[in-house]
Amino acid sequence: MIEPTPDGRFGEFGGRFVPETLIPACEELEVAFREAWADPTFVDDFHRVLRDYGGRPSPLTECFRLSKQLGCRVLLKREDLNHTGSHKINNVIGQALLAQRMGKTRLVAETGAGQHGVATATAAALLDMDCKVYMGAVDVKRQSLNVFRMQLLGAEVEAVKSGSQTLKDAVNEALRDWVATLEGTHYCLGTVMGPHPYPWMVRTFHHVIGDEANEQCLALTGTDPDVVVACIGGGSNAAGIFSGFASSESRLVGVEPAGGAAVGRGVPGVVHGMNSYLMQDEVGQVQEAKSISAGLDYPGVGPEHAFLASIGRAEYPSVNDQEVIEAFQLLSRTEGIIPALETAHAIAWVVREAKNLQGQTVLINLSGRGDKDVDQMMEILNVDRVV
Amino acid sequence: MTGPFEEALREKRALGKKLLVVYVTGGFENWEASVEAAAAAGADAIEIGIPFSDPVMDGPVIQQASQIALDRGTTPLSVLQAAADLDTGIPHAVMTYYNLAHNPGHERFAASLVRAGISAAILPDLPYVESAPWREVAAKAGIETVMLAAPTTPDHRLGDLCAAAHGFVYAVGLLGVTGERSALADTATKIAARCKAVTDKPVLVGVGIGSPAQAVEACTVADGVIIGSALVRQMLDGHGAAGVGQLVSSYRAALDEG
Repeated sequence: MIEPTPDGRFGEFGGRFVPETLIPACEELEVAFREAWADPTFVDDFHRVLRDYGGRPSPLTECFRLSKQLGCRVLLKREDLNHTGSHKINNVIGQALLAQRMGKTRLVAETGAGQHGVATATAAALLDMDCKVYMGAVDVKRQSLNVFRMQLLGAEVEAVKSGSQTLKDAVNEALRDWVATLEGTHYCLGTVMGPHPYPWMVRTFHHVIGDEANEQCLALTGTDPDVVVACIGGGSNAAGIFSGFASSESRLVGVEPAGGAAVGRGVPGVVHGMNSYLMQDEVGQVQEAKSISAGLDYPGVGPEHAFLASIGRAEYPSVNDQEVIEAFQLLSRTEGIIPALETAHAIAWVVREAKNLQGQTVLINLSGRGDKDVDQMMEILNVDRVV
Repeated sequence: MTGPFEEALREKRALGKKLLVVYVTGGFENWEASVEAAAAAGADAIEIGIPFSDPVMDGPVIQQASQIALDRGTTPLSVLQAAADLDTGIPHAVMTYYNLAHNPGHERFAASLVRAGISAAILPDLPYVESAPWREVAAKAGIETVMLAAPTTPDHRLGDLCAAAHGFVYAVGLLGVTGERSALADTATKIAARCKAVTDKPVLVGVGIGSPAQAVEACTVADGVIIGSALVRQMLDGHGAAGVGQLVSSYRAALDEG
């Protein structure tokens, strides 16, 4: 994958479409990130924290039962085993260390399912920083466990009641906070979206997923996987694993929810600081994304994914909620791994496409664990709590 | 190019007047009457807001008014069609977010403004560094593009930014989103002074002006002020065009007295 142009473009996508007030902050962040990433002390520190605190490297698990059932060799990159239960910690540790290096004392973040919020609250606790997390009021309701987790970790959680009250509105509110608090605050953006340098910086912090997976696949199978699959909301876990295979022959597949298919159903638009595929109505009002998983309910997608789609390097199919519910249960029963509902989108695509993947090796980024989704699944499956 | 919007402001400034530009959320109930009342009460120009789903530069008051307008079925077309019928005798600008210009394409959007009798555009999420493609198309169509200068804008960019601005330079008074504040931020007069030092275009302070006294204070340095949330609050609170007219009169009187 490529470094963006000096004006933050991947092809025609990307850029820095934020109020003038934030432009100097984005420039300052870019300079600080370039300096830090060229400084071996910072990079060593980043990898040390990911190892000793985050639990990296995450293992590669071969799914023997599922492979037999599907007829293709399924490998899982186990980001669910990271501290806080998802890949999100990689980016958050990177940004929090960077913020500290820049002299910032406070982190603000947006969150959808709560995974990025929990990760940010965790990093803030670790590095003794203040933390405020914006979460759509609708998401607060469907992910109450994660709200309490963030509070336990010392973060303040604000339920955002504007607009559609989901992830996109949480981003708006975090941006509004940042505009007003620039001096001491870093906006710890949770995915590969937003104004330059965020899409590139966040992908760089997640590069470790792809690097490890590449080595692990080689050690296990002697070659690259035929297909690399990840779910896509903004696209950070996909960007991380894709970056380990972009220069290989592997097919790259990013799976979107049917109700939030920015690449599949969107057209280029500008919101949240970037030009990218965006679900919008016929005049340009941003539409609400709706799926079973709060973490993928984002109407846009990272600009680098828009670019990869436009040049045909990666493909972005979608799966519906019913397929996701089935995949969630399938992985739980066949492999003893309960995936996050977000991650279950990637599995659902493999299940649906299995007939066309016979004999192939399929690497799935298991981006998060599903503990947070168990309550919601009980409701969906109509299961009564056994007292 | 000095277009009609900037020309009107320059003429009034030359007469020794302080400039008063007011913002009205298009598509809100009876917003046309509020525009007319503001003009009758002495506003020098009107910003017509085209509501957007994700108004990232706006505080709670304008967010709420925008949402109400959107819920009523307001579209860019409905606002512009109504704007075309407004005859206030003062220039009109639109204030909206860039995606509503990007979606139809720059040429079509600029043409739709021209048809509605609009002479200037303010796009707060299209910063100077990203604005060249739009400015070029807008200028060809005769639309003046206002540039926003922020307290954080570095000196090395401020000159170019002001040079690229048409209509006026919008000096953002504070670090934050639109909305009234209890006191004028120090940053307001500072950014106005920095702009005035590099341009002879009208420099108006907006964001954070909460009272006529604060407007007067800002105008010790600036050429004028933009009043948005205070006015929209009148509309939200149900005071309608009468409330808007009264509010604008109070600012006008304070600015004229100095």
